[in-house]
Amino acid sequence: MAATVQSSLYTSRRRRNRISMGLAFAATAFGLSWLVLILAVLLWEGFSGLSLSVFTEMTPPPGAAGGLLNPIAGSLIMTTIAVLIGTPLGILAGTYMAEYGRYDRLTTVVRFINDILLSAPSIVVGLFVYEVMVAQMGHFSGWAGAVSLAVIVVPVVVRTTEDMLILVPDTLREAAASIGLPRSLMITKVAYRAARAGMVTGVLLAIARISGETAPLLFTALNNQFWSLNLNAPVASLPVVIFQFALSPYHDWQKLAWTGALIITLAVLALSIIARTLAAQRKTS
Amino acid sequence: MSVAAITVPTVSHAPSSGEDLSEKISIRNLEFFYGDNRALKDINVSLYHGKVTAFIGPSGCGKSTLLRILNRMYDLYPNQRATGHVRLDNDDILAPSQDLNLLRAKVGMVFQKPTPFPMTIFENIAFGIRLYERLPKSELEDRVRHALERAALWEEVKNKLDANGLSLSGGQQQRLCIARTVAVRPEVILFDEPCSALDPISTAKIEELIDELKDDYTIAIVTHNMQQAARVSDFTAFMYLGELVEFGETTRIFTSPNDRRTQDYITGRFG
Repeated sequence: MAATVQSSLYTSRRRRNRISMGLAFAATAFGLSWLVLILAVLLWEGFSGLSLSVFTEMTPPPGAAGGLLNPIAGSLIMTTIAVLIGTPLGILAGTYMAEYGRYDRLTTVVRFINDILLSAPSIVVGLFVYEVMVAQMGHFSGWAGAVSLAVIVVPVVVRTTEDMLILVPDTLREAAASIGLPRSLMITKVAYRAARAGMVTGVLLAIARISGETAPLLFTALNNQFWSLNLNAPVASLPVVIFQFALSPYHDWQKLAWTGALIITLAVLALSIIARTLAAQRKTS
Repeated sequence: MSVAAITVPTVSHAPSSGEDLSEKISIRNLEFFYGDNRALKDINVSLYHGKVTAFIGPSGCGKSTLLRILNRMYDLYPNQRATGHVRLDNDDILAPSQDLNLLRAKVGMVFQKPTPFPMTIFENIAFGIRLYERLPKSELEDRVRHALERAALWEEVKNKLDANGLSLSGGQQQRLCIARTVAVRPEVILFDEPCSALDPISTAKIEELIDELKDDYTIAIVTHNMQQAARVSDFTAFMYLGELVEFGETTRIFTSPNDRRTQDYITGRFG
């Protein structure tokens, strides 16, 4: 029988397959175990410090009781402003690249620059905004913090918007054109609708990305020990407070840093779940 | 481009029918280029009002390219250009000043793959109507209903007009697209292989529909299916390698073609 002739070939192939599978499995387990460890420590340390006062009280001086209300509020405000600035810019640029200028040279250039911006170290973004805003204004400010976060939002949204719009089949565009739809309406009424879930996912991912950014805020919004919603003055933010408290020698500050890290992680996790649910909806619709 | 004189089509292209035909679209000396690649060579053909004209030929012969010139669909893409004369009534379709949106409202198109918009069945139809007319709600509803009736879809969807257009079956989606096209009240409807993605029953429905629609519209259909061309069309144009080999009444093309290549193709010897 032919099978007997080739059986040694087959067994050795099976053996190689088993070895590769084993290696791949081991690599996955190795990577995941660190992630699980990080999360376990975070949950353990973070939850033990979690209480209502975390959300109602200001950051304390060492040795006193307190919470994280001012950095939470500061993070929320700066993130919101950053998204409000970055999203329209990103969507408009992405729309230009995918729809109006798909075949233009400019699009290739913008895509290249955008990709660089996408992977640029965030500390560079912080230094940039420090130069153009903080140094000019003469002081750190919440506005500068929001702008530096917006600079990080833009390339993410540009990229996802362009990618999602390119996924919209040309046949749908032709169908829209075939009933005499002008291009602007074709984009806003048909292409955006078809790509909506993906585009929203992009914005959510951008929010997730900036909610943990520390470096750009260190150079721009700095930090504020007290309650302040004045965006022309330094504003506290969760990542910077975590940075400062975690490096401090005081146990209660370190505890609050863990709790802050847990809050950010849970918020990002929630955003990721929403983003994935939306993406799944896109596939089924 | 030199200003070429409009030549009268050669005798072999002219239909032999004695019946009174009114020319809706006239194509003269049409050439088409994808970049430097000449995809259509000196095409001369006419589409008549109230008639179905089928374009047949092997893949890549330029049938779809020709169809996409009639509503300037190629304008969506770079490096594609047409030269020659294509007139809708007396309007020069190829003129740079041509308003493409108005042209496309007059020359509707149904595609190979059903392409409902990602919105409700009702909105799929109403959307196109609202572009050109401001109607009271009841009148709009009438128009939507009428379009769905014309596309023989009303009975199947009348109780779920709020459902997503994408939830329909392939054949229903294609009829929805026909309804959407009809709703805008075009003068010409272009069908680009409208049945190639459909099952035989849906195909039969679409063919019936084309037959019913032809009284009011000028219809052009590209098809790979020669039986379909024979069934639905009044005139047939056979294209090969970017040339229009033969054009005439469908019965004559299928029974006694003049050109050897036409005969070879319809008898299944190539393509």
